Order: sequence, then C-alpha cells, then structure tokens
Amino acid sequence: MMKRSPWAALAVASLLAAGLSGGAFAQQTVKIGAIYPLSGNAASAGTSAKAAIELAVDIINNDHPELGDITLAKGTGLPNLKGAKVEVVFADNQGTPAAGQNQALRLITEEKVVALHGAYQSGITTTASAIAERYGIPFMTGESVAANLTERGFKWFFRTTPIASDIADVYVSFLKEMKAKGMKIDNLVIVNENTEYGTSIAKVVGDTAKAGGFNVSMVIPYSANTTDVQSQVLQLKDAKPDAAIFISYTSDAILFTKTMQALGYKPPILIGDNSGFSDASYLRTVGPIAQGVINRSAWDIGKPGSPTFLINEMYKKKTGNDLDDTSGRVMQGFLALAEAVNRAGSTEPAKLQAALKATDLKPNQLMMGYKGIKFDAKGQNILASAMLIQAQGDQYVAVWPKESATAELKLPYKAWEK
Amino acid sequence: MSATLVQVIVGGLLLGAIYALFSSGLTLIWGMMNVVNFAHGDFVMVAMYIAYVVYVLLGGGPLASVPIAAVSLATIGILAYFLLVRHVMRGPMIAQILGTFGLALLLRYSMFGAAGANFLSLPDNLVGGTYEIFGIRLQASRVVAGIVALLVTAGLHLLLTRTSLGSKMLAVSEDATAAQLMGIRPDYMQAIAWGIAAGATGIAGALIATFFYISPTVGETLAIIAFVTVALGGFGSVPGALVAGLLIGLIESLSAYWIGGVWKDVVVYILFIFVLWFRPQGLMGKS
Repeated sequence: MMKRSPWAALAVASLLAAGLSGGAFAQQTVKIGAIYPLSGNAASAGTSAKAAIELAVDIINNDHPELGDITLAKGTGLPNLKGAKVEVVFADNQGTPAAGQNQALRLITEEKVVALHGAYQSGITTTASAIAERYGIPFMTGESVAANLTERGFKWFFRTTPIASDIADVYVSFLKEMKAKGMKIDNLVIVNENTEYGTSIAKVVGDTAKAGGFNVSMVIPYSANTTDVQSQVLQLKDAKPDAAIFISYTSDAILFTKTMQALGYKPPILIGDNSGFSDASYLRTVGPIAQGVINRSAWDIGKPGSPTFLINEMYKKKTGNDLDDTSGRVMQGFLALAEAVNRAGSTEPAKLQAALKATDLKPNQLMMGYKGIKFDAKGQNILASAMLIQAQGDQYVAVWPKESATAELKLPYKAWEK
Repeated sequence: MSATLVQVIVGGLLLGAIYALFSSGLTLIWGMMNVVNFAHGDFVMVAMYIAYVVYVLLGGGPLASVPIAAVSLATIGILAYFLLVRHVMRGPMIAQILGTFGLALLLRYSMFGAAGANFLSLPDNLVGGTYEIFGIRLQASRVVAGIVALLVTAGLHLLLTRTSLGSKMLAVSEDATAAQLMGIRPDYMQAIAWGIAAGATGIAGALIATFFYISPTVGETLAIIAFVTVALGGFGSVPGALVAGLLIGLIESLSAYWIGGVWKDVVVYILFIFVLWFRPQGLMGKS
C-alpha cells in the first residue's frame, strides 16, 4: 500500500476548498439594502420606488441589449464580480425617522448589506445615512433633495439627484423668463410641509427668488398629513401671489388641490415641487382639477424604441403606471450605485467608496436627463439637472426650457376650468 | 368682519361638524362599555373605500353609499364585538387596548393588500359642486356632511335617552349584573352598541369620502382628532362630541389662519389640557 503524503492530501483539500469557494463565489449575490416608506402615508410613493428598484435589478441581473448604453443593461449580473447577481433587501421606514434609522442598523448588522439606498423622505434619509456613516457603509440616495444632506461632512454619503439649489435655480430662471415675456410676476408665495424636505426647499427657493429680484411676500408652512388646509388656502388667497410654489407630499398635495377648487382660488402660476405632485396618485385623483400645474422633472419617456421608452414600458407592465420622476430618480440612483459596485470589483467598503468617488457617467449611460453623474467631495452629483413639466390632460409633458420641451407651455394656471 | 374671516369661521364650523360626525361612534362605545376603540379611524377608512367601490361599481353617490357603508360597518362592528371585544374585555385594560389596536392594523394592512397604497378620490361634483352665498363659498359635500352630523348626533342622543333600547343599553353600562337580573342580556346590548357605533362611523366615512382623499392610512390621520374630540367633549357624551368637534374645528381654522398651519395643533392641545385641568371629565362628561 502506498503511503499517502500528508502534503498531497493537504494540496487536494486546498484545491477542493478553492474550487468550492470559487464555485460559491460565482453563485454569490451582492446584497444591497433599500429603505423606503412601504407603509404609512407615503406608502404610495414608497411602493412605486420599490417597483422601480426591482426593475433596476432586473435590468442589471438579466441581459437587456435593447437598452443600449444604460449601465449594466448588457450581459447578466455584475461582470467584474464574476457575474454575481444583485439582491435587494427592502426595509420599511414607516414614514418615521426612528424606523428608518433602525432599519438601516438592521440591514447593515443583520442582513450584511454592502451598501444602502433610500430613504425617500429627506428627514429619514438624514437619520438612516448617519447609521451607514458610523458603520462605514456607502449610502446612496437617488431622490432626497434637502440641501443639508450633503453638508454634513459625511464620507460615505452620495447623491445623484439635483438638490434644492439646482431646483431653485430652475424655478427662478423660469419665472424670470416669464416675467421678461411680459407676465406680471413680482409677488411669490411658498407653501411647504414642515419636515426636512419642505423646510429646506422652501428656504433655498425663497432665498434664490429674493436674490433674483422677486418679492416673497409670504411663506406658509403647515404640518404634513393634516386633516384640513382651508385656512392655508385662504392665507394664500389674501396674499394674491403671481406665482405659488408648493412643496408637499402626496396626501397634502391632493388635499390642497381639492380645497383650492372648493374655495374657488387659483394663482396665475402654480408650481408643485415634485414628490407629492409627481406621485402617480396625484394626477389620477385630482388631475382634472389641476390642469396646468408646473412640476420639475429629469425624466422624459422619450421617443418610441429609445431606452427610456423601453424602461417606461417595462415599468408600466409591472405596475400599470407610467414611470414618474421620483421613481425614475430612485432607479437612476440605484443603477449608479450598482455600477460603482461593479467597477470596484469588490464588496469591500473602502473599495466601494473609492469607486463611488471615481464615478463618471455620461448622459448616454443614464436613464434620467442629467448631464452626467460625477460626485464632488461632499458626495453631491455636480452634473444633476432638471427641466419643467406641466400637467396637460392626464399626464405631465415637458414644457421648459424650450430645447427639452415636447409641448407648449400653457399659462395662466387653468386648474378645473375648461 | 372681512369676508375671508367669515369664510374661515364657516369653514371651521363645517370642519368641526365633520369631526363630531366621525367621533360619535367612538364616544358611544366608550360610554357604553369603557372600551377605547383604537380601530375607530380604520373603520372610517373602510367606509371610505366602500363609498369608492359603490361609486365605481354602481356609479352611485352618497345616497347609495351611506346606507351600504352603514350596514356593512354595523356588521363589521358586531363581528368585531363577538370575535374580539367580548373576549378581550375579560382581560386587563391593556388587552383591550392591544386588541382593538391589533384590529386597526389588521384592517389597515388588509386594505394595503387589497387596494394597494395608491391614493383614491371620488369625483368632486358627486354631491353637487360649490355654491357662493353672500361671498361665502360652501361646498355641497361638506354642508351635507355637516347636516348629517347634526342628525346623527340628535338621533344617537334620542336613542340613548328616549327609547327602551337606549335605557337597556345604559342599564348594562351602569351595572351589567343588575341589568342581567332584570332580564337584559348584556352581551346583546353591547353587540347592538358596537353595531350602532360602527354604523354611525360608516355614515361618517362614506360622507367624508366625498371631499377627502382615500388611502389605507387615512384612518390614522383622522383618528387622532376623534380621540381629542371625544376626550374634550366628555367620554361617552354624544352631545359633548358635537360641541367639542365644532369647537376644535373652529379653533383649528382660526389659529391656522391667524397664527399659521404649523401652530393649529399646538393651540388645540393647549386648550385641551386647559379644559382638562378644570373639567377632567370633559366639557359634558359625567364626573
């Protein structure tokens, strides 16, 4: 009988182990956590965001050559991680900053996610991302716009969406152009919900408007999810603004629109800042009495056959709705995060962080109409941009600036009038 | 007084009548059984969805949806009593709280599953549009809800004070054992109380749906006001709920108009605490 060398046995064992682990690695998935309001009053927007992320995962994990240059659409999984599939673990923030924070902690410590994405409401992104920062895990938001999120000196926080100052610039440039065209626009009023999102956007828009030579005669903050807004509408009516800018989540956006009709008041220009006004529920419930509402967006369905058109078709097949701007921004943030994970070729936090910092995506690689994605030292995408869309019929159409417009801007705000 | 101020006051009173309308069921159950129904807001929510389904399937407005919602909710109320409340009432106070709270979550998340998270809304002209009288705009749907609030309050009050059913119900609430010796079956009376309270809540929900948005979490938004209304009016007092509802609606509207929307809750709760200092039993509750 041959005497077996212990070294040979060891060599075989290590080969086996290597083979096994290699095999296991090929099957491996990369876990990313996603924190969204899946219950509570923002659940409508949260479930749309969830569907958008699921679609992004489908685009990453399966071969989609028809989507052209969109990141990770061609081929399956993450090629630099041996084709590893992306797996998303969803967590419900229940619409409260405390729940968002707890879920971030659970996803990091128990689910061992390599990165986080979320969390819709800026106030919740604030608390959830603080946990990621403490654990040294990248946190990406594709949608939260409160200015101070990227002013906290965080090293692990990245944001693809245009922020308050970009948005304010869009609104103010638009109003200036309308004024130059002869519309009487001096007096502005801002109506905002009083959490992080509404407060911060209201402040930045107000400051930018004042710097642009407009008179912001009144700011009307209110508590979100209120039962009644008659008094706020009457305050607005008293102030007689030439343009009113609303920063509201869905439930209040619907309530304001209904109440304005009941009280028979409409400003000549009504701008509804994204979130509530972009929720698919908004146009479906009050679209007929909100004709001409102006909203911001970076999403355009595009021409039939284009990648964005096909993405919209896929989303529509999944949810029954057209993709809205907010969910589109969520999806873009997630795709950018996955692209960085792939480029890092590793799930090690430091390498992920370095890859995110080195992100440089071109417009043709994006589904949203940004000029690209490139982060500054604070983690903010410096190439984010937005255009204005207007509710005409049962959908939003691009109306400003002229070069991105697909339909004619109609003013003054018609609301319920034919 | 400026026209706007009159509009604020009228709007506040109509709002208050609606608060009273959806609080009456809550106060009735409390008065009858010393049970706080945490599922109350979600009863309103279910009734709002019933109104929506009635509109979509039958094309009907409140004339159809109010009776259907009232009967459906009364059934749900009686079922809730026999399947849940009767059992948890034998347990400690905390069991009652958690029992009805569990029912609230069951209804809310069943609705998430059945109807999705999307917001819904009935067409704005279902109850006729908006009228302008002396420069004051009145929305027909809110006026109808306000009038029904007065009728429901009066009806419940008369039922409790002027009918033999009401006397039997009050007898059970005073002393169930003594009532039983008089040949009154306490659990029948309590089941009827749950049926009537939930039925009134059904009426409220179907009417609120004509001017408010509908979503699975809308009950949460409305329930807090209902609890404040009931506590301020006096637990168990139906007329108290009406007075408190009107008062809260008016104060909310005026403070939101004069001080600002962010402060209206602060003003309401300061007043609330102030009243409870002097009258812990509420404005019209029995001490």
